Amino acid sequence: MRLERRAHVPLVLVATAPLAAIAVALMLAAGLIAAAGVNPLTAYAEMARAAFGSRGGITELLTRATPLMLTGLAAAVAFRARLWNIGAEGQFFLGALTVAWAGHFLLPGVLGGPMGMAALMVMGMVAGAALLAGPAYLRMRFGVDEVVTTLLLNFVAILFVGLMIEGPLRDPLAFGWPQSVPIDPDYRLPRLVERTRLHAGLLVAIAAAAVVWLVLSRTVFGTEARALGHNATAAGFAGVRLTRTILGVACLSGGLAGLAGAIEVMGVTRAVTTTMSPGFGYAGIVVAMLAALHPAGVVAAAIFVAAVFVGADGMSRATGVPSFIADVIVALSLLTMLVALVFTSHRIRR
Amino acid sequence: MTEVLALRNITRRFGPLLANDDITLTLEQGEILALLGENGAGKTTLMNILFGHYAADSGTVEVFGQPLPPGRPRAAIDAGVGMVHQHFTLAGNLSVLDNVMLGTEPLWRPASHRRAGRARLLALADRFGLPVDPDARVGRLSVGERQRVEILKALYRDARILILDEPTAVLARPEAQKLFETLRGMTEAGLSLIFISHKLTEVMAASDRVAVLRAGRLVAERRTADTSAGELAELMVGRRVTRPRRAPQTPGAPVLVAEGVRLEQDGQTRLHDLSLEVRAGEILAIVGVSGNGQSALGALLTGQTAPAAGRLVLGGRDMTGARVRDFTAAGMGRIPEDRHAEGVVGDLPVWENAVLERLRQTRFSRFGFVRRAAARAHARDLIARFDIRGATPETPTRQLSGGNMQKLILGRTLASGPRFILANQPTRGLDEGAIAAVHADLLAARARGAAILLITEELEEAVALADRLRAIVGGRLSRELGAEDADPRTLGLMMAGVWDTRGAPDAA
Repeated sequence: MRLERRAHVPLVLVATAPLAAIAVALMLAAGLIAAAGVNPLTAYAEMARAAFGSRGGITELLTRATPLMLTGLAAAVAFRARLWNIGAEGQFFLGALTVAWAGHFLLPGVLGGPMGMAALMVMGMVAGAALLAGPAYLRMRFGVDEVVTTLLLNFVAILFVGLMIEGPLRDPLAFGWPQSVPIDPDYRLPRLVERTRLHAGLLVAIAAAAVVWLVLSRTVFGTEARALGHNATAAGFAGVRLTRTILGVACLSGGLAGLAGAIEVMGVTRAVTTTMSPGFGYAGIVVAMLAALHPAGVVAAAIFVAAVFVGADGMSRATGVPSFIADVIVALSLLTMLVALVFTSHRIRR
Repeated sequence: MTEVLALRNITRRFGPLLANDDITLTLEQGEILALLGENGAGKTTLMNILFGHYAADSGTVEVFGQPLPPGRPRAAIDAGVGMVHQHFTLAGNLSVLDNVMLGTEPLWRPASHRRAGRARLLALADRFGLPVDPDARVGRLSVGERQRVEILKALYRDARILILDEPTAVLARPEAQKLFETLRGMTEAGLSLIFISHKLTEVMAASDRVAVLRAGRLVAERRTADTSAGELAELMVGRRVTRPRRAPQTPGAPVLVAEGVRLEQDGQTRLHDLSLEVRAGEILAIVGVSGNGQSALGALLTGQTAPAAGRLVLGGRDMTGARVRDFTAAGMGRIPEDRHAEGVVGDLPVWENAVLERLRQTRFSRFGFVRRAAARAHARDLIARFDIRGATPETPTRQLSGGNMQKLILGRTLASGPRFILANQPTRGLDEGAIAAVHADLLAARARGAAILLITEELEEAVALADRLRAIVGGRLSRELGAEDADPRTLGLMMAGVWDTRGAPDAA
C-alpha cells in the first residue's frame, strides 16, 4: 500500500474531510466517555442539548465562538504564508491588556461611544501585531525559528499581564483579586440578545472573516502571500518582496489575535485576568486546521469547537463525565483532521 | 551471455493514461542498455515497476531467474537491483559514509560498524573508479560527486543490476563523459546497467543496446552498433524533428552592459571583474561546466543578488542593485535555471503563475486588487499562443509536464515583448520536441530585436542559436568567439579555462 498524490482534489472531498475527521474524533472520545462509566450516546445527546437545545446555550456558544473565529483567522492567515504563528495566545492577552489600559485611562473623556470602541479595537490589533512582527522579522533576517519565539512569547505576554494587573493596572475595587482596571462602561459592546452574554463582537468576527477572505483571494498582497507560502524561492524570483510580505502577514495575523483579546474584554470580561482565555490562542490553531485554512471554514469550525466546550460543561453537569473531555475532543479532531488532509490530497494505492 | 533481468508483458495504467503497454524487455550480463524515449514515454514508470516503487497492473519481473514480488523495493534491493534516481535521495546534512550506510544496518545494533563500512566503501570506490571522501558532507558536494555517492550507495547494497534514471540530466558534458567511462568499467567488473535517457548522442556513445519507448509502448530494440542517431530520433519522436538554427542578422545597439561586476554569495566571490555586452537582435551564449558561476550570473541578471562592485546597465538605465520588479518593468525577460524551484509556484493555478511577475502593473491589478478577468484572459492567450498542452487557466501548475511548464514560463516572458532576455538553461530536461519549440521561440525573439543572453551547458544548443560565445570558468568570462569559429576543440579548450594562447586566465 502506498500514498499517491491526487492530480485533482474533488471539492466533495474537501468539504467532507472535516466532517469525517470530527466524526472519528467523537468516536475515539466515546471510548473515554465509556471508560468514565457513561453511555457515550447519552453523553453526546447531553452535549448537543447543552450547546444547541436552548436560547441560552446557543448564545453562549456563539459568545465562545467569537474569539475563536478571530484566533482561527489569525492562524489561517499566517499558516497560508507558512508563517507558523503559535503565539496567538500571547497576542490575545496583549490586545486585551492594551484595551483595558486605554479603555480605563487613555480614552475616557477623549473619544466616546462607537469611535472609542473602534479606536480600542485598532489599539488591540496594533498590540497583537507588534508582538508578532518581532519574531517574523527575526525569522526573515536571521532565520530564527518563529515556532519557538512565538510559543515562548506567549509565556512572556501572560506573565507581563500578571505583572501589570498586580501593579500599575490593578483594579483597586477588586478586593485583592488579580484583575485589571475595567474599561469605561461607554465602551462595552452592545448586546445582540438581551439577558445573555452574546455581544456585537460576533458581527465583527464574521466581518473579519469576510475581509480576510477578500484579502487572501482577491488582492495583490494576498496572492503574493500565498505564492510565498507555497514556494518562497519562486515568489522571490517573481519579484515578491519576501520580508515585507511576511511582515504584512504577521501584522494581519497578530492583529486578528489582538482583536480577539480586545473584543473579549469589550464584550464579555470588562477587565483583564490571566485566566480570561481558556486557550483561545491555541484552540485557534485547531480551528484553522479544521477549516483547512479557509476563512469561511474558520467561522464554522469555531462554532464547532465552541459547541464542544459549551456542550461539555452541560454534559458534565448532567452525567458527571469531567468537562476535560472537551479538550480531548478538540485535540483529537486536530489529529484526525491532519490525517484527513493527507487523504484529501493523496489516494491509497495497493 | 546470460539473461540477468526480464520484464515480461508489463502494463500499467494511471487513470485514463496507459503509461506502459505490454512491454517485454530483457537485460544481459555485462551489458549497458539504454532506455530511450521522450518525456512521458513511460521510461521512468517502467523502471519504477522494476524497482518496486509501483506495482504493474499485469506482467512479471524476473531477476536472475527469480520472480520479484510486485511493489516491494526491499525485495528488488535484496535481489541485487539498485536504482539511481534523477533527483538524488541523499541527506545533505550527513556525511558520505552516513548516507551510504543509512538503512543497511539493523536498528537494534548498539553501535554502527563504521570502520568496516568505511573500508567497504573505499574498496568499492577504488574498484569501480568512483573516488569520494567518506567524511565529506553531502550538502557541500558538487552534483557530479553526489551522483557518485548515489551509485556507491547502490553498490554498497550489493547491486549487480544498476538502473540510472537520466543520469546526465544534471551533469555537464565532461562530467557526463567521465560517468560513461566509469559505467563501462563497471560492466567490465560484471555489473549490468540500464540507463534512461532522451539524449541521442549519449545513447549512441555509451550503450550496447537501445530500447526505444514511445507513448508507453516499446517501439524498437536495436544494437547500438547497427543504428544511427537519425533512426533513433525518428523512432523516438515518431516523426522527423529538426531543431531550428539562427539566420544571419546584423545586431543593433547594446542593450545590456555589465562592467567590472564582482558578485559575492555566502562570503565567496562568485563572479570576478565580469564585463559583458549583449546587443539588440543577437544571442550571446555563455557556455561552461556547471558550478563555474552560471547560477551567480543568473542571480545577478535577474535581480536576485546585487553586485558588490561594478555596474549593470539595461537599455541605458543603471540597474545596479535594482529590485526584481524594476528589472521586469525595464523590459527584462527571465527564464530561470530551475523551473520547479524558481519558475513557478506549483500549487497555484496557471493564471496566477502567468501574471505573478507583473501582478503590480496596472494591467493586472487596480487599487491592490487583482484584475482576475484580465489575468485569466492573459493566461488563456498564453496557452493558445505558446501551445501549452494540458493547461487551462485554473489547472494547478504542478500538473503540467516539464516542457509545458517551460512553455508557460517562456510565454509569460516573451508576451511582454522584453528587450533583453536571460535564458538560463532553457532546455534542461526537456525532450526533443519541446527543445525545438523553445529554440524557435528564442530565435523569434531575436528576430524581433531582443538581446538574449543564453546560459547553457549544451554545446549544440549554444552553437545553433548564438551569434557569439563566451565560456565561464571559475566566475570569469573568456574572450568571445564568433559562432563561425566555434568548433568543438576550441570550445572544449575555452571551457577548460584555456582561452588565450599567451597564457591561462589571469590569476586570482
